[in-house]
Amino acid sequence: MSYVIRRLRAFPLVLIGVSIIVFIAIRLVPGDSITAMLGTEAGLLTPQQRDSLAVYFGIDQPWPVQYWRWFTGLFSGDLGISVTYGKPVLSVILERFPLTLELALLAMLIALSIGVPAGVFAATRNERPADLGVRIAAMIGQSTPSFVVGLVIIYILSAGFGVLPTMGAFTPFWQDPLQNLGQMILPAITLGCAFASSVTRVTRSAMLDVLSDDYVRTARSKGASERSVIWRHALPNALVPVVTLSGIEFGYLLGGAVIVEQIYALPGLGRMVLEAILQRDYALVQGAVLFIALNFMIVNLLVDLAYAALDPRIRLEGR
Amino acid sequence: MAPEMKPILSVRDLHVSFGPAASAKEVVHGVSFDLGVGEVLAIVGESGSGKSVTALSTNRLIDYAGGRITSGTIELLRADGSVLDVTCAGRQELTGIRGAEIGVIFQEPMTSLNPVLTIGAQIEESFRLHRGLTGAQARDAAREALERVRIPDAERRLKATPNELSGGMLQRVMIAMALACNPRLLIADEPTTALDVTVQAQIMALLAELRRETGMSMIFISHDIGLVAGIADRVIVMQDGRVVEQGDLGDILDKPQHPYTQHLLHAVPHFSSGVAARTDGARMAAPLPRPTLEVDDLVVRYPLKGGWFSKPVGAVHAVDGVGFDLLPGETLAIVGESGSGKSTTARAVLGLVAPTRGAFAVEAQAARPGQSRLPVQMVFQNPYASLNPRLSVEQILAEPVIATGASPDKAVRDRMAALLKRVGLPEDSLARYPHQFSGGQRQRLCIARALMLNPSVVVLDEAVSALDVSVQARVLELLVDLQHEYGLAYLFISHDMAVVERIAHRVAVMYAGQIVEIGDAKSVLSDPQHPYTKKLIEAVPTIDRRKQHFELDTRQVPSLVRPVGYEPPAATWMQYGADHKVRADA
Repeated sequence: MSYVIRRLRAFPLVLIGVSIIVFIAIRLVPGDSITAMLGTEAGLLTPQQRDSLAVYFGIDQPWPVQYWRWFTGLFSGDLGISVTYGKPVLSVILERFPLTLELALLAMLIALSIGVPAGVFAATRNERPADLGVRIAAMIGQSTPSFVVGLVIIYILSAGFGVLPTMGAFTPFWQDPLQNLGQMILPAITLGCAFASSVTRVTRSAMLDVLSDDYVRTARSKGASERSVIWRHALPNALVPVVTLSGIEFGYLLGGAVIVEQIYALPGLGRMVLEAILQRDYALVQGAVLFIALNFMIVNLLVDLAYAALDPRIRLEGR
Repeated sequence: MAPEMKPILSVRDLHVSFGPAASAKEVVHGVSFDLGVGEVLAIVGESGSGKSVTALSTNRLIDYAGGRITSGTIELLRADGSVLDVTCAGRQELTGIRGAEIGVIFQEPMTSLNPVLTIGAQIEESFRLHRGLTGAQARDAAREALERVRIPDAERRLKATPNELSGGMLQRVMIAMALACNPRLLIADEPTTALDVTVQAQIMALLAELRRETGMSMIFISHDIGLVAGIADRVIVMQDGRVVEQGDLGDILDKPQHPYTQHLLHAVPHFSSGVAARTDGARMAAPLPRPTLEVDDLVVRYPLKGGWFSKPVGAVHAVDGVGFDLLPGETLAIVGESGSGKSTTARAVLGLVAPTRGAFAVEAQAARPGQSRLPVQMVFQNPYASLNPRLSVEQILAEPVIATGASPDKAVRDRMAALLKRVGLPEDSLARYPHQFSGGQRQRLCIARALMLNPSVVVLDEAVSALDVSVQARVLELLVDLQHEYGLAYLFISHDMAVVERIAHRVAVMYAGQIVEIGDAKSVLSDPQHPYTKKLIEAVPTIDRRKQHFELDTRQVPSLVRPVGYEPPAATWMQYGADHKVRADA
């Protein structure tokens, strides 16, 4: 428990660091919110109008003052107002987040339920044709860009079966689970494909290592069946690298999957951040990056806790 | 013939190969033997002799290591009186005999138990597989199995995972697991090689006792004839995949016929209570030469932190107030069990760990101006891991020279060639890589590397422990010769009393971070005074003391963790003879 508290104590420092970097980076990009919002019509503004708009958005102040205002706002839960949406940044993010979270969870579920068995299957048939087949499939899955996978899936469905993926307004899971899953399943498969390929490869190599360990031989000497040797004795010992990989991938997915959201027209975090950058929506970019960084840190902490749960040799307290 | 007169195991003309059929390499060439019911058979040989392969063929575990039985029969007399030819048994039959009829104990208890499962779960598994027990029944059976191998506090140990137990305890757990379903045959594959000598004695005593209780048969695999002398009825000696001699224990020990058996019995170091100790010590000279190395009040502590703000809560006193001196041309052996601080002492002398306190004085024999390192060099235990596989021998030997800031020139190359010749390696070795050498040759390479800088002190940390017994003897000879030639002082760290007896002039016994007894090797080994030294020497298996009963003792080594600011009481020493002193325990 004290380990979790120690880790949590480091969170604010990291978040402040991240926020400063993002704050500066987004302002180094040429252009500002007013020009981005009004497009060519920005040229029609009189200097007075422009200045009053700048005052309204708070971008007339020097950077340190802007940062300080934004930073103090954080403590009252105020991440600023999004210029593009005209709403508080936090509510914009929280509107988008459930979709992204669900997509990431589904993709991981698919990846693990395909990747782990496939990796185990390949490892137990090391260097035989079945192993080779799995490895080639994994290589293809990993090296094919997700937009190709997504387009191929859509093409097959529409050309082959005459169905189109459910588009239109996003339905949250709690409103209509079936409708929601219908919308989410294809994007999740698209993301899950590459993810599953990496999981397969990591599981396979970890299992190969573990299968030559002494305790596997001990299990066999006790008369354990091959199935019990593989699933009960070997696999739990091979899971640490799989958890590491899944944690990293999951953390990335929580930041949004821009391409897949674009292909399937899903209103997720990834597209939101992209648009916010294009629109120079400073407050939204800052808020979103901070939110994504926080997610990443939470996922990392969970991964470390998972290590300790998987392997009693890993002691968190001393680290 | 009545069924009970039949041997439990009958092996005929067994051939085992490794690798794919096309390029198979045969490692066991036609082994035959019988094992009677209740009999203990020892298979003795060095690494690569095929002793483990032969034993693990009897339950076909060898299949999983890439081996294949190419011809021959292995007939196992099953509990129900039927006979099964293991070589052509199906998968079902094999999982049926493994654990139930043939139990196995392996060499490395630390790695042979599953790190993520509790001890209880691993023992219960045997009962589940062969007895169909579940839940509370299986748990009770597991507890009884632990109690049977004399593990104190069995109920609590069931919930422990392997990392929470010591090596000796884990080996008991292994035995409990192997014997869970009362197999009629137990294969013990070097079961004590990885353990300390006193723990080894415990495990051997336990095995002997369990064998009396259950009447099981045993195949005991070992490289150490002295060890099997205490337990075996019959002995098979194997060399290069063939049985060179087999017979009753007494005949093999007293009237060995085959030259290889004679070699194993005589050329290999056996412990003989100080009789074979060296007598060419530097302390015979008067006046005494100046010591090459003096260590005074060496202390190494590792602080333990805990709580909310990482406050120090105590310290592990790995080495506590160790002092000794080492004369030129002299060997001081530091003996002790794992955790006694002997390796930490060596590492502190080398500067690999920072001492908390203590003084060193090294008399530099060949110190050049500007030389930054002390002329102390080292040879480590595992010659397979201590040579960088990506460097050629020439690069490996040049490394110490480069580390001093010099560049390898003609003189250095000449020295390399001379040293290689001196340690007995072929001249063309310079361009070769470590994997092209055998274990013994690699250790010779390590010795040559240590001598490149012409050091005055060489630290040998278990330098021959990983080598086969006969290779061990030759490397020890080389070390003695080199010592005479260059006047080297050796600090020899070992747990093996037989080896220590061959090389040491003086012996220091370490226990719980402190030297408890130090002095002339002959005096310490033949007439130990400190209770711990006595216990240590009694535990060494010897051919002379075979069949001597060893009391089971389940005491644990005391904890080295001390509270903050703890200082041990000052040592008081009792003098026994000219060069032999013993710590008087407070």
